[in-house]
Amino acid sequence: MSELAGADERIVVLEVSSLSVSYGKVDALHGIALKVHRGEIVTVIGPNGAGKTTLLCALIGLLPVRGDIVYLGEQQDGGRSVEKLVRQGMTLVPEKRELFSEMSVKDNLLLGAFDRYRAGHRDQLETIDQVFEIFPRLRERRAQMAGTLSGGERQMLAMGRALMAKPRLLLLDEPSLGLAPLVIKEIFRTITQLKKLGVAILLVEQNARAALQVADYGYVLETGRLSLEGPSRDLLTDPRVIESYLGLGGRH
Amino acid sequence: MDMQIALLLGQDGLTNGAIYALLALALVLVFAVTRVIFIPQGEFVAFGALTLVSLQAGKLPGTLWLLLALGTLIALIDGALALRNRQFRRGLWIVSVYCVLPLLLAGTLFAIPAATLPLPLQVGLALMLVVPLGPMIYRLAYQPIAEASVLVLLIVSVAVHVTLMGIGLLFFGAEGSRTLPFSDVSFSLGDALLQGQAVLVVVTSVLLIMALYFFFERTIYGKALRATAMNRTGARLMGISGTLAGMLSFTLAATIGAFSGILISPITTIYYDSGFLIGLKGFVGAIIGGLASYPVAAAGAILVGLLESYSSFWASAFKEVIVFTLIIPVLLWRSLKTHHVEEE
Repeated sequence: MSELAGADERIVVLEVSSLSVSYGKVDALHGIALKVHRGEIVTVIGPNGAGKTTLLCALIGLLPVRGDIVYLGEQQDGGRSVEKLVRQGMTLVPEKRELFSEMSVKDNLLLGAFDRYRAGHRDQLETIDQVFEIFPRLRERRAQMAGTLSGGERQMLAMGRALMAKPRLLLLDEPSLGLAPLVIKEIFRTITQLKKLGVAILLVEQNARAALQVADYGYVLETGRLSLEGPSRDLLTDPRVIESYLGLGGRH
Repeated sequence: MDMQIALLLGQDGLTNGAIYALLALALVLVFAVTRVIFIPQGEFVAFGALTLVSLQAGKLPGTLWLLLALGTLIALIDGALALRNRQFRRGLWIVSVYCVLPLLLAGTLFAIPAATLPLPLQVGLALMLVVPLGPMIYRLAYQPIAEASVLVLLIVSVAVHVTLMGIGLLFFGAEGSRTLPFSDVSFSLGDALLQGQAVLVVVTSVLLIMALYFFFERTIYGKALRATAMNRTGARLMGISGTLAGMLSFTLAATIGAFSGILISPITTIYYDSGFLIGLKGFVGAIIGGLASYPVAAAGAILVGLLESYSSFWASAFKEVIVFTLIIPVLLWRSLKTHHVEEE
């Protein structure tokens, strides 16, 4: 959560071109090209099974890829690994949250700063306070086991834990999945708040309307290919997007 | 059996039980973090004890050659990998950790007669010789197949165990040995005589268990190991790599194994293959804890120690049978108690 360097927002954090991922012989993603700038929220929307989660897993290094990934101006090569990318400030909040359920909320958050601690930064307690500012609910629950939290709180903890790493690029996988509408609203409000802190966010969502409302730029992913892209404002009014993803409610 | 014998047997059982408890904790730890059933744990017990014996006898312990050989092998493999990825500083670091440090240790052993050193220094030297073998074996045998199934990892464990036992025979010979006692003190408690060494074993084990508890509950590295055991993917996403967790848990297991061997070496004659049976009794304790619960595993291991000691009085010929038969009711009870959970 570094201070926002307002002057130069157009620094490219992540640039991907002709990216393909396959599971065995099956192509899951094909020829993906996208860009995320500093302090920007970019969303990838699309239906179930389009390859959204695969995209994020590939970017963080959990899956092998073909194609070019340039992260922080550095071409990613064969030595790419989750651990290395985490060290360079890329963090994924996975769809399944992947919390440490038999540990307290506070310990979960502390472990979010594990890699920073290992690299010699001992500021985890201050960072925890900052995360508690963003998610006051987590402060109330700090001694509780992560496994006993409600769905919304679990998502907050997953996001809080990711923020403990002070990420430069935050990958969010379906933060609204399985949550009540009011909680979704709160989560998305927080996402907009994070943007003000200068974090670049790549948000993958099925909830297209909510995602496009907070994002600056959007891509539509269908069966492993990007079919549409543009500023979110334009996508929200694009008849093809309305037809497939926003439904009637989009015309109000 | 009169009171005095009962107390004597109890003391014996608790002493052995404390050692089994330490080994059981190490087995649970290694299994939870890496899914490896660490059968070679016993070899670390034997290596620890016999390395100390060699040092006290003024001989160069064979484990030194193993340390140098494994270190060189890893330096070659990882050094070549680092060179290929043009990570020269990493290459330098690997060579200094895996080659230069063991060589320095070898130099120290050649330069000063270890037999004349005070006991704590001898113990320290023995640990420095044996403990690094743990992470080195993890690097060579387990890390390349870290994603394999539990069964494959178990088969590799058997192979590592047999290999290390053979190497132990080569290094230390077939005859058993004991080290000099740490203390000759004995206390009388009522009718019974408490041996100083037995008290030392129990007290040290309790201290070590408390240190482990502190490590897992209070330090970020301990929490990272627990996190890996709970959720591997989640831990990886926090930058806690499987390799780091594996190396760390094998280092802890090797330390516990070697130190246990050193603790019991003055009261038990240790042969090159004694470790296996000792480790196996720790394993019975770990099974009682379902390879998951630390406190139950420790309690189970102490039960094993007591059972072994009392059955050696009543039915000495069946001592081992009784101890290992304990597994059957425990497994039965566990299988009845736990409900089968469908895979997601």
